[in-house]
Amino acid sequence: MRLAGDFQGTPKGPGAKSMQALYAQLLVGLINGSFYALLSLGLAVIFGMLNIINFAHGALYMMGAFVAYFLLNLGGINYWWALLLAPIIVGIFGMILERTMLQWLTGLDHLYGLLLTFGIALIVQGVFQNYFGSSGLPYAIPDQLKGGMNLGFMFLPVYRGWVVIFSLIVCLATWFLIEKTQLGANLRAATENPTLVRAFGINVPRMITLTYGLGVGLAALAGVLSAPINQVRPLMGADLIIVVFAVVVIGGMGSIMGSIITGFALGVIEGLTKYFYPEASNTVVFVLMVLVLLVKPTGLTGRAA
Amino acid sequence: MNTRSIASLLLTTALTFAAAGVASAQDKTVKIGALSDQSGLYADLGGPGSTLAAQMAVEDSGLAAKGWKIDIISGDHQNKPDIGTAIARQWFDVEKVDAIVDVPNSGVALAVNNVIKEKNGVYVNSGAATSDLSNAQCSPNTVHWTYDTYMLAHTTGQALVKAGGDTWFFLTADYAFGAALERDTTAVVTSNGGKVVGGVKHPLNTPDFSSFLLQAQSSKAKIIGLANAGGDTTNTIKQAAEFGIGKGGQKLAALLLFLTDIKAIGLETAQGLSFTETFYWDMNDQTRAFSKRFADKMKNNAPPTMVQAGVYAGVRHYLKALEAMGGNSHDGVKIVEKMKSMPTEDDLFGKGEIQPNGRTIHNAYLFEVKKPSESKGPWDFYKLVGTVPGDQAFTPLSESKCALLKK
Repeated sequence: MRLAGDFQGTPKGPGAKSMQALYAQLLVGLINGSFYALLSLGLAVIFGMLNIINFAHGALYMMGAFVAYFLLNLGGINYWWALLLAPIIVGIFGMILERTMLQWLTGLDHLYGLLLTFGIALIVQGVFQNYFGSSGLPYAIPDQLKGGMNLGFMFLPVYRGWVVIFSLIVCLATWFLIEKTQLGANLRAATENPTLVRAFGINVPRMITLTYGLGVGLAALAGVLSAPINQVRPLMGADLIIVVFAVVVIGGMGSIMGSIITGFALGVIEGLTKYFYPEASNTVVFVLMVLVLLVKPTGLTGRAA
Repeated sequence: MNTRSIASLLLTTALTFAAAGVASAQDKTVKIGALSDQSGLYADLGGPGSTLAAQMAVEDSGLAAKGWKIDIISGDHQNKPDIGTAIARQWFDVEKVDAIVDVPNSGVALAVNNVIKEKNGVYVNSGAATSDLSNAQCSPNTVHWTYDTYMLAHTTGQALVKAGGDTWFFLTADYAFGAALERDTTAVVTSNGGKVVGGVKHPLNTPDFSSFLLQAQSSKAKIIGLANAGGDTTNTIKQAAEFGIGKGGQKLAALLLFLTDIKAIGLETAQGLSFTETFYWDMNDQTRAFSKRFADKMKNNAPPTMVQAGVYAGVRHYLKALEAMGGNSHDGVKIVEKMKSMPTEDDLFGKGEIQPNGRTIHNAYLFEVKKPSESKGPWDFYKLVGTVPGDQAFTPLSESKCALLKK
């Protein structure tokens, strides 16, 4: 009897890496994967439709979190409204960027878009850092999502479970919108041949602006979701964006479903690395990226251009 | 044309000799470089605030009125040792900097330590934690102010072990600092009869700690020791609360925690954490007066952290030594010797001394984070729990492996 009790108690030495702990790591990886998926989805939408490599994505994600913070602390507007309002506010900011700057880059080499958006990201981050420092501001988990459940193999905070489910729904809805609806079909057609689509009486520039707004809104939504988990920090996006770009490259630039699946999958792989060899956890994604590029340069789901 | 250029050449040469003559007798120019993480995860605890602290130290020294010309420049080492040493070299070779101050991030701090020794400059480190700066890697050019990993281990660490926390699991930042803090704390834990049951090394600047926290949770250790700092520590503490660590009986040991970290975590989550610092703005009238002046000049009106306070005190002491020597000899070893021979005293750290190994000795304070209901202002966070005298908090000379002690 005592033996069995001891066995279930404190795992010691190498045996500590039990199956239960492994399940927990898989689930944790899935949570991080949700953020990768949401962010890389936005990037894929923007790249697929606008042909812009949006390096400002991390900064816009950060702005989403900050807008949620301001709404709560200045306007007393809670998390649930922030989930709706922050993507709209940051999306409008994104559309202004597209109207005033990005639209002039249509038809130019990708490098110009990359440099412009990278510059915008640095400016936005610099401004926030100037006023809010670098250590971040606290944002509490909403009361309805506090606490956690005991799953047997781990203690799952309710909020983290919510993040996985919510982002999965948003990802699939976006995929449906672009791949399965008339609006999405117009959009894809406009990317393929803007002149012809314009001849059908569709306002292509407006559609492109709205698409950029949608991609930016997705980034801001991820920002709001992550605010209660991480601190709201000016550099929160800069730390994440490089990994997210690796996700997009692995999934195939511009592929909607590819970026969703790769996002979740890489979260899980990173989680497993944190368990088996934590020192490599921040490089494993890039190692995978190199391997994928060597074998299939268009990415896992990408088609040759 | 020709005669004019020869004349100007002669004149320049004469002036140069004249200037050199003055320099060797009574040079009263000083250039101080504040090298820090200006924009990353340690920027709020050092960064621009440390530069401000150095500037205030120069103003408060009153040396300008006595004919001294003291300049401060600042640099961003981006937490990268190669960038830190490149800036340090450029400062000595091109900018003719005399002293480098602050330098958080132990990895960068140790690399810069070698450059300053090679260039015979003065190094007043306040930001870095590694106790190696005054131990195995001590240098005749270096003074280490404020805190170090030995002190953290022997105050917070020891207090927790003595209170019954005899099994430890470490979450360690995977670089020089984390390794030093884990090493020094492990020594304290084992020598007090405790046991370290495991640990994880995580990369610097990790946004998500849930994976590591789950491992810590399943280790069943009574204490989860956080051998990390800045943004890494605040993320760990916040996410630990999320995963219900603490409710399960495990206790977090935030071995290194700064004022700005508590602000980032929020009192709701941080309340009750115990930790050690050598300076807090709300200690007495002098610290409050200084902090008020400091906060008024900071962009976000933050009072100084202990690192920034250490920069102020260190620069004040450096300037006192220069004044006592009657001029700036630009000879780092001689100036640091003078600094060591003078007792330290300032409004922020009180009375103290610099030991022969370069370690500044002053009181350390055990604090506890207040409950939200106890806090009366935006930066009112700490409750004083105990005071550890400097000679008990820092490495005893008998245990130091510093080569300077073997004379």
